[in-house]
Amino acid sequence: MGLTITEKILLSHIDKKDIVRGEFIDAKVDLALGNDITAPLAIEEFKKAGMEKVFNRKRLALVPDHFTPNKDIRSAQQCKFLREFAREQKIENYFEVGEVGIEHVLLPERGLVHPGDLVIGADSHTCTYGAVGAFSTGVGSTDLAAVMALGKCWLRVPETMKFIYYGKRNKWVRGKDLILHTIGDIGVDGALYKAMEFCGEAITKLPIEDRFTMCNMAIEAGAKNGIIEPDEVTIDFMKRVAPSVKKFRIYKSDKDAKYCEVREYDISKLEPQVACPHLPSNVKPVTQLKGIKLDQVVIGSCTNGWLSDLRIAANILKGRKIHPGLRMLIIPATQSIYMAALKERLLEIFIKAGGVVSAPTCGPCLGGHMGVLAEGERALATTNRNFVGRMGHPKSEVYLSNPAVAAASAIKGRIVHPEEVVGR
Amino acid sequence: MIFKGRAWKFGDNVDTDVIIPARYLNTTDPQELAAHCMEDADKEFISKISRGDIIVAGSNFGCGSSREHAPLAIKACGISCVLATSFARIFFRNAINIGLPILESKEAPGGIESGDIVEVDLDKGEIRDITKGEIYSAQPFPEFMQKLIKAGGLMEWVKERIKKNV
Repeated sequence: MGLTITEKILLSHIDKKDIVRGEFIDAKVDLALGNDITAPLAIEEFKKAGMEKVFNRKRLALVPDHFTPNKDIRSAQQCKFLREFAREQKIENYFEVGEVGIEHVLLPERGLVHPGDLVIGADSHTCTYGAVGAFSTGVGSTDLAAVMALGKCWLRVPETMKFIYYGKRNKWVRGKDLILHTIGDIGVDGALYKAMEFCGEAITKLPIEDRFTMCNMAIEAGAKNGIIEPDEVTIDFMKRVAPSVKKFRIYKSDKDAKYCEVREYDISKLEPQVACPHLPSNVKPVTQLKGIKLDQVVIGSCTNGWLSDLRIAANILKGRKIHPGLRMLIIPATQSIYMAALKERLLEIFIKAGGVVSAPTCGPCLGGHMGVLAEGERALATTNRNFVGRMGHPKSEVYLSNPAVAAASAIKGRIVHPEEVVGR
Repeated sequence: MIFKGRAWKFGDNVDTDVIIPARYLNTTDPQELAAHCMEDADKEFISKISRGDIIVAGSNFGCGSSREHAPLAIKACGISCVLATSFARIFFRNAINIGLPILESKEAPGGIESGDIVEVDLDKGEIRDITKGEIYSAQPFPEFMQKLIKAGGLMEWVKERIKKNV
């Protein structure tokens, strides 16, 4: 019986000759990750258990990206605790403000996640790295503490759902729309405990950033991991970010691999999708939304804070002004994206349009800081979640879309198709 | 272990942003987190519950963020146990890891109403709605999970492993 890419990667990380769906395995971890919210708890658990040294100081990444630059005294204390631990353990991949970026963009950009890797992160969006053909999944703080101690993590081998996308993408349709459409189809627990494998001709033609976006949101369907087989697009990206790595561990699903479900999508008629409050699965085509007025637009996050996302937004915003009274926040996901956007004069376009550019941070996505919503306010964001109170007051609303829809909607002051701004 | 308390019902897809909003994640202190448990779903939740009460919810309980602060807040506010049709996977792991008792049952959450007195026998996997006189059985945990629970949570299991060098 053939194996899926997920099964092959898991098998390559255990001391066994075969692997069975549903069984519990003790898997070796290539890279572990924690941030300023999850790592402090993990470090407390690690120390409480009497542990002294992390399993490998090169294989633990600590990324204070959520409440940084420190939003208040208590967050500053948390970050200080994290920083001191990183220094004490000589953690190579600790990133201070000035070099820190949003973890799930920063780690790929730094070439720290590779095809065939097994990555465990104390952040639910750790599933992002499936885009380079890695197995990566989110856990909580105590799980991270255990990985820090053992370099291993227990996992149950998931069943895999296969998602095949064919047809040509419309101009304004991106990875975000494919994944929103999929979550809208299967629901927020449609892939609970399972692996989501994305494939088909439309995925082959999808740029790497869009692949990250898709795998990033696998968790919003309840999945354990999202994954895409590495191809030329992947290898081109990896050569760029990790030039010193000679050979990548490329795994592909066997033709006779077993899937618990296969779904096919013809995307040729798909238009940009919007997830309405208060679930990422409450998805509608953008043209079905009429007169949804906005107070705030956020373009950024681990889902859509890549340079290509900023370029798309800038293309629409160039020479235009955002709607009076609307607030537009632009958040490049990392410092190098910030720098590139600066050099390409994208930041100038955003500022002239009336927006504000923030340092890399998760801030507003989770209602932390840098753009929290008041009671009754409504935002359109390129982020990943729109639960009750996600971006601030429990009586505020969040809609989710791709960057083009977000930029066009910022200009109109209501949710619109980009064609309403730039024409056909 | 047997728990007995009043049931507090919630629907499907109770996410971790509702269980403990991110605005309170600048601390790891369970008591402080507990003070805001379920706040965005029910502002008075904390003042209404008594020690030992039970949360009963639908499918995908604890979806969203990986924050372990969510099960920590539930445990520290005095909730003895969470029953749900299903749990989101990271919440499931977190609850087992920190020792918050959780049980999955396809039928119980549908039958139990808010305010019912419910008794849960964790070892037998039995859920009794004393108010209604109904008995439900929970999904048994896989053997490996039982080992973790018996060890007293993940870190105790890790310590055992390190001691035995396995």
